[in-house]
Amino acid sequence: MTEFTPYSALLGGILLGLSGFLLLFLNGRIAGITGIVANLFFNFSKKLTWQIYFLIGLVLGPLVVMPFGFNLPTDIDLGWPAIIIGGFLVGFGSRMGSGCTSGHGICGMGRFSPRSIIATISFMSAGIVTVFVIRHLLGV
Amino acid sequence: MNFLIALFCGLLFGAGLTVAQMVDPNKVLNFLDLAGTWDASLAFVMGGALVVYSLTYQFIIKKMKTPLCEKSFSLPTQKIVDKRLIIGSSLFGLGWGITGICPGPAIANLSSGNIKVVGFILAMTVGIVVAKKLSNNN
Repeated sequence: MTEFTPYSALLGGILLGLSGFLLLFLNGRIAGITGIVANLFFNFSKKLTWQIYFLIGLVLGPLVVMPFGFNLPTDIDLGWPAIIIGGFLVGFGSRMGSGCTSGHGICGMGRFSPRSIIATISFMSAGIVTVFVIRHLLGV
Repeated sequence: MNFLIALFCGLLFGAGLTVAQMVDPNKVLNFLDLAGTWDASLAFVMGGALVVYSLTYQFIIKKMKTPLCEKSFSLPTQKIVDKRLIIGSSLFGLGWGITGICPGPAIANLSSGNIKVVGFILAMTVGIVVAKKLSNNN
């Protein structure tokens, strides 16, 4: 069980939307995390890119809101096989599908891109089915 | 200047994920668990983000020829819905359903120092590199 937290969820969502808007408004870029991470590994110029700065911000961002009582989870309740298989699928699938929750789910959907709408429906449905199978059919 | 903007946007993104508690895999898994302990919170995260992004896109961005601090907009040019998009997104959803972690929250969780977060990011990176290599060979 987790508590239903509509207000903090809405506030957090607004911050995400604002971040995506500012990156597009000022730098003309899409705030898609998969694309930003992928760039790190296929950046052969050896120069610091905007993507590296964004990722540094992403790592430090949680520390900024900790004084206000918002914390990172202290324990991840997943076994190693789930971490490794799940992590691989998240990276492989989001790269193959050109985006994840941020790029397709927020930026693409926000621009009413048909590709992103289809992608979001695909990963949402796959996620819901997966959780149903794991929790209710396999009973893990 | 552009680097500072990117840093600030990253900070805002990490802060947003933490305030929204999307950094908590249990919160995500419960959002996906419609038939069980459903927690609708993440619908509000997406709703809030989409309202801000779609309104500012329609009423501000669309009226601009270039972004404020850069020569041009870098928007995706792909328009076709193909098998790659659907299969890739579904595989991503499968991994998301197994772990409750997507790329943004994985990276935002790094400062907790949890070894499982590091393991997830490494596995995710391998996945990204393999997908990229495969698409280059096609």
